Amino acid sequence: MACFLVPVTEAVVTTAVQYLVHKRELSRASGATAADTASSPIPFSQKLGWLNKLLWGGSALLAFEHVWHGEVVPWFPFLTAAANPEDAQEMLHEMATNGVAMALLVTAVWAAMLVVSAVLSRREAVPAPAK
Amino acid sequence: MTLLICTFAAIVASVVWYLTPARGELRLGFLSLMFWGASLMWLVDAIMEYREIGAEYFTPAGTDMLNDAFLGVSVVAFGLVIWLVAVLLADPRHVFARHAHTQG
Repeated sequence: MACFLVPVTEAVVTTAVQYLVHKRELSRASGATAADTASSPIPFSQKLGWLNKLLWGGSALLAFEHVWHGEVVPWFPFLTAAANPEDAQEMLHEMATNGVAMALLVTAVWAAMLVVSAVLSRREAVPAPAK
Repeated sequence: MTLLICTFAAIVASVVWYLTPARGELRLGFLSLMFWGASLMWLVDAIMEYREIGAEYFTPAGTDMLNDAFLGVSVVAFGLVIWLVAVLLADPRHVFARHAHTQG
């Protein structure tokens, strides 16, 4: 009904956080030496960008599905379920269950991506043993 | 069916991302993450529906399957359009800029 609104809300927050983190990284990088920059791993703002793409992209495609099923309309109140209290209650329940589960699963997968990325960059940093 | 089609789109986009040297220029990471994000969200929908109706989830009616497949293909087309617009707006190879320069 409107479950995609929960990941959208998370995406708004993480996009703002990414902007702030990126700004801080830029100010920190201006004081760093060229060697520091060359040896640094993937910046955290870039990793937050992965989460944003998962959330925004997924929500956009889900929003398309909701338009397809007539659950999202281009006129007020935009969500057909919001027109009467009974449907609105069902919609809120779906947001609290499906929507929250979607946001949690996407965030968990992103966390797993961070772990894999850390393992891969550590593996690259360790020089291969001489034969 | 929508979940399945979107997951296949995500797999294909990821393989293309892995094999293409110009992955950054072509924003292939964005394309694959968009499809993976949607696949994960539809996976949650599928699990919730499975909890509700059980094994019946795996034996949908022919018309439902056809409608879902139609939606899945449309979703992939919509995702590709979003990606194409993002690439064209970024114009990583300065095609539009060069064209405007030669025209002007």
